[in-house]
Amino acid sequence: MLQYLIKRLLYAVPTLLAVLTVVFFVARVLPGDPAQVMLGEQAGAEAINALRIRLGLDRPLVEQYVDFMKGALSGDWGTSLVTGRPVLGEVLNVIPYTIELTLASILIGALIGVPLGAWSALHRNSLIDYVTRIGSLLGLSFPAFVMAIMLLLAFSIQLSWFPVISSGGGGSLAERLRHLALPAINLGIIMAAYITRVTRSSMLEVLGEDYVRTARAKGVPHLAVVWQHCLRNALIPVVTVVGLYLGILIGNSVLTEIVFNRPGLGKLIVGALTQRDYTMLQGLMVVYTFIIVVVNLLTDLTYGFIDPRVKYQ
Amino acid sequence: MSAMTGEPSAAPPPANRALRQFFTAFNTNKTSWVGLVTFAVVALVAVLAPVIATHDPLEQNILDKLQGPSAEFILGTDGFGRDIWSRLVYGARLSLWIGGVSILIAMVVGSLIGMVAGYFGGRLDIAIMQVMDVLLSFPSLILGLMVVAMMGPSVGNLIFAIALTAIPPFARIARAPTVSVKERDYIEACRALGYSHPRIMAVHILPNIFPEILVMGSLWLATAIRVEASLSFIGLGVRPPTPTWGGMIREGFENILDTWWLSMAPSVAILVIVFALNMIGDGLRDFVDPKLKGERGG
Repeated sequence: MLQYLIKRLLYAVPTLLAVLTVVFFVARVLPGDPAQVMLGEQAGAEAINALRIRLGLDRPLVEQYVDFMKGALSGDWGTSLVTGRPVLGEVLNVIPYTIELTLASILIGALIGVPLGAWSALHRNSLIDYVTRIGSLLGLSFPAFVMAIMLLLAFSIQLSWFPVISSGGGGSLAERLRHLALPAINLGIIMAAYITRVTRSSMLEVLGEDYVRTARAKGVPHLAVVWQHCLRNALIPVVTVVGLYLGILIGNSVLTEIVFNRPGLGKLIVGALTQRDYTMLQGLMVVYTFIIVVVNLLTDLTYGFIDPRVKYQ
Repeated sequence: MSAMTGEPSAAPPPANRALRQFFTAFNTNKTSWVGLVTFAVVALVAVLAPVIATHDPLEQNILDKLQGPSAEFILGTDGFGRDIWSRLVYGARLSLWIGGVSILIAMVVGSLIGMVAGYFGGRLDIAIMQVMDVLLSFPSLILGLMVVAMMGPSVGNLIFAIALTAIPPFARIARAPTVSVKERDYIEACRALGYSHPRIMAVHILPNIFPEILVMGSLWLATAIRVEASLSFIGLGVRPPTPTWGGMIREGFENILDTWWLSMAPSVAILVIVFALNMIGDGLRDFVDPKLKGERGG
């Protein structure tokens, strides 16, 4: 087990380097001049050149690459062109909000999705099953910002149950939850749609297993069969799939933070886009790279922990 | 076909079977049909946009701004007095064009990469699939956002960005069957007859993976349209005044307290088309992968 853990950690290192290289290439090598994009179409050649020199874009590519990798790995992600503060500090300021939002929506997604998926599988081809299937398909068809706008209109503007601008809330827990609620529900519903579908198909597979038939044949009560024999086994793929969907969740959290005007990584990245803050953008790409590599690592490890059949090779 | 080209007669029964299963899966699934018809209607509206639109989507008429639905303006007008219905119809064009072209590119490039990796195997295979896994680990929206932010928003760059995010899944789905098919006797026979690698891949391997690629295509087209709309909403889409659904939602959202209803028609439009594409894919997904592997994206 420990060996597997170490191996997996070591394996994450080349992945991290590779993804950082992708980020570097996206930023430098793709056609299109970041300085031009930052300054807009009307900018003169002189201004563009000055910015290129300031950003170090005029230096040889290899030199830029080495500098970029050094900086990225040592936590020196540059300073914002707009505020002049270090990118790392800005990120650390808002990242708790994004983590809070992500965890809350996974929780909501699991609380709705797992029972609904299991229930749907147990009543296969009934009206309940049909409605659940169409409903979850509709749920995952919603672009996150569309659902967010609808929730905002209904519950914040019409009913005034929640704040229109979810600033993250002040000190008290109740206030913080009130600000978290609507964004988390928005992402949670979409997450629930995915989880419902995976739970349902995984549950259907387990229900067809021989050991379930055996348990039924020897007279184990229905609920015990469902609870002990089916659900626990069915949840193994669900956990890993949730890991895979974290990517979608990260993308959707950007849109959710914009609509609810909530602090977080997504808000930061869009702010950097509109203010044409190149170093901030590049720093945030590095942040997302780290997050994605860590999430993938955690998903793999979780898989190893919950399913003893996984061979640690 | 075999008589004309002199293919070995043991050639591709599995391919025909795969295609037949594909059509059977489609026919037995009502959801797929509803999705297909809905999608066809939207596609038709997009193609016939110049006929269906009642106004020039760019024509501003400040005197008529922010009007409710009427006989002249079916869905009312926006803050510049432009006809919302006409902008919606032209927006469909752009959404489908960007989504369609980028997924087509991803399908062709991705399957080619996957087939080459699976067919030749060895270190090439390992290297290619490592790169694909790295790209795959990025959420579509984040990678698209990075690429467009650096290259600048234009139709071409959006297509490039979305295609880039969609290539890895196609490479993956093309590789697996290639690996198993290449060991079959009839491929061996083709090699013995001296057929070139590209020919074996195009004639004998491609038909085997084609149905799966098509199903993935419908699912990823849904993702592509969603990503394009999201980027437009963030402000990284095709520049105004060109009508895009994401951009129209943004215009309504910016004044959500006064003109929230401007967001409604394009929201419903995106939802309808993404839902339709997911319905098409849903019924066929069991055919491709019973464990819902193809659902990744977003």
